[in-house]
Amino acid sequence: MSNAFTMRDPTGEAAPVQRERVKPPQSLDGLTIGLLDIGKTRSDEFLDSVDALLTERGHTVKRYAKPTNAKPAPVDVLQSLATECDLVVEALAD
Amino acid sequence: MTAPTDGLIVVVKRDCPTCTLIEPVLRQIAGSVEACAVYTQDDPGFPAGIDGVIDDTALEHSFRRNIEIVPTLIRLRDGKEVERRIGWHRGEWQELTGLKSLGVDLPDQRPGCGSKSTDPGMPEKLQAKYGDMLAARLVEVSPLEDPMEVCFERGWSDGLPVTPPTDERIIRMLSGTNRDPKEVVGLIPPNLIECTVEKVAINAVMAGCKPEYMPVVLAAVETALQPDFSMHGLLCTTYFSGPVVIVNGPITTRIGMNSGLNALGQGNRANLTIGRTLQLIIRNVGGGLPGEIDRSALGNPGKLSFCFAEDESDPEWEPLSVWRGFEPGTSTVTLFHGDGVQPFSDNASRTPEELCRSFATSLNVVGHSKIVQGPNAILVLTPEHYAIFRDAGWDRRRILQGLHEATTRPGKDLVKGAHGLAEGIDPSRADEMVPKFWPDHGLLVVRAGGDAGLFSAIISGWIGGRFHDDVRPVTMEIKT
Repeated sequence: MSNAFTMRDPTGEAAPVQRERVKPPQSLDGLTIGLLDIGKTRSDEFLDSVDALLTERGHTVKRYAKPTNAKPAPVDVLQSLATECDLVVEALAD
Repeated sequence: MTAPTDGLIVVVKRDCPTCTLIEPVLRQIAGSVEACAVYTQDDPGFPAGIDGVIDDTALEHSFRRNIEIVPTLIRLRDGKEVERRIGWHRGEWQELTGLKSLGVDLPDQRPGCGSKSTDPGMPEKLQAKYGDMLAARLVEVSPLEDPMEVCFERGWSDGLPVTPPTDERIIRMLSGTNRDPKEVVGLIPPNLIECTVEKVAINAVMAGCKPEYMPVVLAAVETALQPDFSMHGLLCTTYFSGPVVIVNGPITTRIGMNSGLNALGQGNRANLTIGRTLQLIIRNVGGGLPGEIDRSALGNPGKLSFCFAEDESDPEWEPLSVWRGFEPGTSTVTLFHGDGVQPFSDNASRTPEELCRSFATSLNVVGHSKIVQGPNAILVLTPEHYAIFRDAGWDRRRILQGLHEATTRPGKDLVKGAHGLAEGIDPSRADEMVPKFWPDHGLLVVRAGGDAGLFSAIISGWIGGRFHDDVRPVTMEIKT
């Protein structure tokens, strides 16, 4: 054992996992677009407009909502987004 | 001489009068029992006349055998301890050694002395050197570097110096709890990283805690992790707030917390370091860094540490913990989402009704004078203001009722645009009487402060009212 001064690591010692970003699609044709309302005031107004614009162009839109913006999204919301949508618009408004 | 698999071990030190008294006994055992080892803690030449006494001045064997008293006599079988005697007791030693004539000239019994391995500061030194209590990654600091600077450079600090978390300090900190260092306390937001009791202790060392604060620190961390408290949301908010820790019960006096003069200020180690540890854990274990996921527009100085005890010196006063459902005498932590301290000064009110109306003028401006049922608040009631209520027979519940009544205002004064201010409530509520705070936990009253000055304080809270059912202050019992 060396005589060096040692300390213990106070951090979570977790190494971030590097994940490849999904490439943006060339076209929205045939894709399902999820709109996630995070619960901030008037998020819904903004997403209603996005919904109308996308629907008008013939895209498939599904709506999701976090119960409150004060807490992380519940697992079932995240799982629904991941399994039912090809891409997601997450709206922050106030 | 080596420790036998089957046989006897004796651990002694010269500095112990009982050990020197039984020196002839030790020679008799060494001469009669082949499978025998004598360990000496302080003088390799003691006991005299025995070949191959094992030098345990480094105390490794004493540590590994958990020796607390010398002399200690142990019988081993198949390498395992099967019997142990501490101090000198002739009958017991004769029985354990099987030597009927052992120590016949000596007194029947003499108590032993403390083992050197239990000297003050020694258990943690030995645990650090020979034990395997700690699992966190070791970080070696070059002799050319200053450990405190290394802590800064690695991002382990909240901006103030931290105490370098050495093994000895961490082990000493862990002596303040009987929980297993490997036990997982919970997942720390925002990165939801497992936090062990050991990691709590490491951060408590860095914050400057004493070991006896550990139960409060552990309770504060566990409270912050309750879903109702939403530490993640509090961390991420663009608002000012951070966790405010209010401690109740007998532990506050046991560990010397301040609930009196300057209770919300500097100068008390327990108050400052307990609150700081919680924030260091969020930062270091959870990865919650200001400017990153901590999006507070301005923050507040209390995000370094904001922790104090309630003054429970008046037996008539119902402590916050009891009001929140705990038995009297239970030590608890209550976590509140709070920020700045707003002074309140009223030297003129003499009746509880007057004082409530006066408090209302300051409470109503929490967050914004026209925002209601949004920001929560704590009213910190100092002794002289409290005396006005107490002398009129008002208890906590009556005071709260008075404050809620006094902070309920006509909606027409609060709607958007009223009094030339754009901010405000929906115009549809113009004809309602509108309370400032949610009735259940929107307003807390806590007693603290020194006994001079008709001053109280308002600790404003997170604008969490819109989701007041989702996020709320949380109280938990402090255990071990």
